[in-house]
Amino acid sequence: MKYKRSFLSRLFDAFNYTFLGAFACTAILPFLYVLACSFSSEKEILERPFYIIPRNIQLTAYKYIFSSPTLPRAFMISVFVTIAGSATAMFFTLTLAYPLSKKYLLGRNILLALISFTLVFGGGMIPTFLVIKSLGFINKFWALILPGAISTWNLLVVKNFFQELPQELEDSARVDGCNALGTFLRIVLPLSMPVIATFTLFYAVGYWNDYRSSLLYMTDNKKWPLQLVLRQIVLMAAGNIDGATFDEAYTQPPLEGSKNAVIVFGTAPILLVYPFLQKHFVKGIMIGAIKG
Amino acid sequence: MNGVSLQAAGGKTAAGKVKKTSKLTLIRKDIWLYILLIPGVIHYIVFKYMPMWGLLIAFKDYNAYLGFFNSPWVGFKHFAEFFSNPDFKRLLSNTLQISFYNLVFGFPAPIIMALMLNEIRKEWYKRAVQTLVYIPHFISWVIIASLTYTIFNSQGVVNKYLLQMGREASVPFLTDSRYFRAMIIGQTIWKETGFGTIIYLAALSNVDPQLYEAAIIDGANRFRQLWHITLPAIRSTVVTLLILRLGHILDNGFDQIFLMSNSLNRKVSEVFDTYVYIIGITKGAFSYSTAVGLFKGIIGIILIYSANWLAKKVGESGIL
Repeated sequence: MKYKRSFLSRLFDAFNYTFLGAFACTAILPFLYVLACSFSSEKEILERPFYIIPRNIQLTAYKYIFSSPTLPRAFMISVFVTIAGSATAMFFTLTLAYPLSKKYLLGRNILLALISFTLVFGGGMIPTFLVIKSLGFINKFWALILPGAISTWNLLVVKNFFQELPQELEDSARVDGCNALGTFLRIVLPLSMPVIATFTLFYAVGYWNDYRSSLLYMTDNKKWPLQLVLRQIVLMAAGNIDGATFDEAYTQPPLEGSKNAVIVFGTAPILLVYPFLQKHFVKGIMIGAIKG
Repeated sequence: MNGVSLQAAGGKTAAGKVKKTSKLTLIRKDIWLYILLIPGVIHYIVFKYMPMWGLLIAFKDYNAYLGFFNSPWVGFKHFAEFFSNPDFKRLLSNTLQISFYNLVFGFPAPIIMALMLNEIRKEWYKRAVQTLVYIPHFISWVIIASLTYTIFNSQGVVNKYLLQMGREASVPFLTDSRYFRAMIIGQTIWKETGFGTIIYLAALSNVDPQLYEAAIIDGANRFRQLWHITLPAIRSTVVTLLILRLGHILDNGFDQIFLMSNSLNRKVSEVFDTYVYIIGITKGAFSYSTAVGLFKGIIGIILIYSANWLAKKVGESGIL
């Protein structure tokens, strides 16, 4: 429907398009700048203000970070924790969400109440730390994987999704002699592939980005994932954090360029899966936005 | 197995032994559902409810050698100590100030952005903007803190431009405590505004376009349409998110604050979350720091229930 637009209306549109465009640019430009810096010489980083195309591309920074095993090892640890973590998390989330989606399940309401309660109240950092410690998980990768294996929010979203699947399909499988487990594995899971994809990616992003668990539970710095090493190299070496030391495995202090290279390492996997993530997450979030 | 039990139940009824289905039969019918529950339930017991039970050490003098059960009870000693500690006032003030600014600037930002996006008629432009502004949400705080250090340090991009524009000295964004809160709020807005629009845009997409058409025929300009159609459509979403936000007024987010704090800005950067970590994990005062955490948790739960009560009082649906 077309109608005559006033001057004010057009002025607003001009402002609106410009402002949103600018905001969108600020969301991506820091990454492009860091990427450019990681391929530049020290001199260029120091002299030039913002740029996204380096004058002459060089790999000094990357050579530097591969000069000790610290970073490659941390990268592999992060990859391992992310893959093992998302698989574990999906196992726990799906197996709990499916029974909870059945309204006739005995004790369902009390379980849901107890689960939802954890959204508003929890034991907090210290009691959780003591539980992990008493389980003997300190310096074990279990400490990075298990505590975050169910996000209550994700669980409730998946539960709501299962609840909305047509019950007739499951009933007919049951009539044909399939038990609840068979129905779950052969009927429900294949129908839930988009949801499974979404939440696997959500969990993967969470595990990749997690740094608090390793800060709390990993005292052995040979078992540190990328995020913690990143903090040490970039923030501590900047002298901004108390007890500033960088890994003695590196023979010289990190150069500006190599800090940027480390940031690239921490960000690149997320940006690579982002297109797949984006395809699903809006839908995934909306499924759960319904109360109940 | 289940099929058999179903048939057995049916057979009994047919045979005339009319019996109310007992709970046991119901459980046997769906035995696999109950088996599937087990791992998840254990997870909740171990990682969510055991820590809640562990909160009891706030009332004990926890000692690693004596263990959880044998450590002596001390009642409210740690709470009394915390409330009389000069740290308490400073922590409360720092926490509330950061939360307040986050509420005032951070909470409306996604609403405003969603309304702005809603006014964009060129679909491709809207989608491009959305794709870009969602990205920072998925980036870790470690990376964001690192980017902040890279861009805002004394030799960073921002200071290079400020010097070019004629400032004599670089601005100590990262080390001067005056800039700490602004940096924190700025980071939050940059990271979460885009992603925060999703929920509002979803509410807006449910609005019947006929409402706008009718309004145009009635001579409503764009501002009137916004006021009478768009805003009422997102009101209940705003209230729900505001309730959730109020419940977390004492949570500043450990990761962000911890990464951005340093010895030079400690006097404004220390909040409950980071204090618990430093006193508890690095200094080993488990009982005292648990008491601090418990205090925070109880205030949180009181706030969330009161906000919910208030929302119902003013005619919104609330969340609980």
